[in-house]
Amino acid sequence: MNNHEFWIYLGIMALSTYLIRAIPFVLLRKKIRNPFIRSFLYYIPYTVLTVMTVPGALYATGHALTAAAGLIAAVFIAAKGKSLTVVAAGACLCTFVSELMLTIL
Amino acid sequence: MKDRTFLRGVRNGIPIALGYLSVSFSFGIMAAAQGMTVWQAVLISLLSVTSAGQLAGLQIMQSPGQYMAMLISQLTINLRYAFMGISLSQKTDEHFTGKYRWLLATFITDEIFAMACAEESVSARYYAGLAVLPYSGWALGTLLGALLGSVLPPLVMNALCLAMYGMFVAIVVPRVQKEKPLFLVVLAAALLMCICHYMIPALSAGLAISLCAVLAALLGACFFPAAEKEGVQ
Repeated sequence: MNNHEFWIYLGIMALSTYLIRAIPFVLLRKKIRNPFIRSFLYYIPYTVLTVMTVPGALYATGHALTAAAGLIAAVFIAAKGKSLTVVAAGACLCTFVSELMLTIL
Repeated sequence: MKDRTFLRGVRNGIPIALGYLSVSFSFGIMAAAQGMTVWQAVLISLLSVTSAGQLAGLQIMQSPGQYMAMLISQLTINLRYAFMGISLSQKTDEHFTGKYRWLLATFITDEIFAMACAEESVSARYYAGLAVLPYSGWALGTLLGALLGSVLPPLVMNALCLAMYGMFVAIVVPRVQKEKPLFLVVLAAALLMCICHYMIPALSAGLAISLCAVLAALLGACFFPAAEKEGVQ
């Protein structure tokens, strides 16, 4: 990616992200009542986070195995109701330990 | 009196800022790992302030000329902010209008929104206070991550890359445990994404994310329309 392309990408990202936040916030004051739209909107954050993680997270580290170890750790810690930071730290630690083991073995 | 509203916001923003610091640190590392310069990574964080959107953006930036994919992915992934904005606009006080909204809209993020929703009535001062530390933490974490990303050994970098995914898991899993329909919707999303990823490699990552997320949410809205009781409130 060259510099010129970076600026275009950045412009698209920044502008679309800003406008999608600002326009509804500034213009709309009415509540959405349609149950179909409301449930669609309710599900969207969770489906987005899921498709970003599965299977993408498996390729975030040097090895799919170590990433899987971190992910499984994250699921377990999150299931216990721990905070965002604790879950993230646990995932990193577990990945680190399994990477270390993989290097030694 | 006015200063105290602002300061109360600042204080409530501390835990969010700490979380953002660690997560954006992981974003900075990932950006550096992909050959971005430090200032490029920080600019992205300063102008976007969205974890999932930035991560998808980073993936798309790896291939040249995917402008349409970038636009579609950002709009889909960040669509939730539109509804948080609508929802927030019903809780703001009478002075939180016009220019304040244009200014503070940038700081509608999942966590800041959630914190603001705990208030009876949200003033512009409180919201600004709430946003100050998380926004700074987001930028600072990115800076540190991008700086250290080129210094830290690959073993440590690899492990830290998982922080952001850890945060995603931490948001989804506790809700999924409590709500069976949501569990099925999330499962459908994961399956769809795996199909796209492994069987339709021609589809770019950004488009696949948008497509699968929207499709799974539509399925959810069709089959479990009542599942959102305390959702977009």
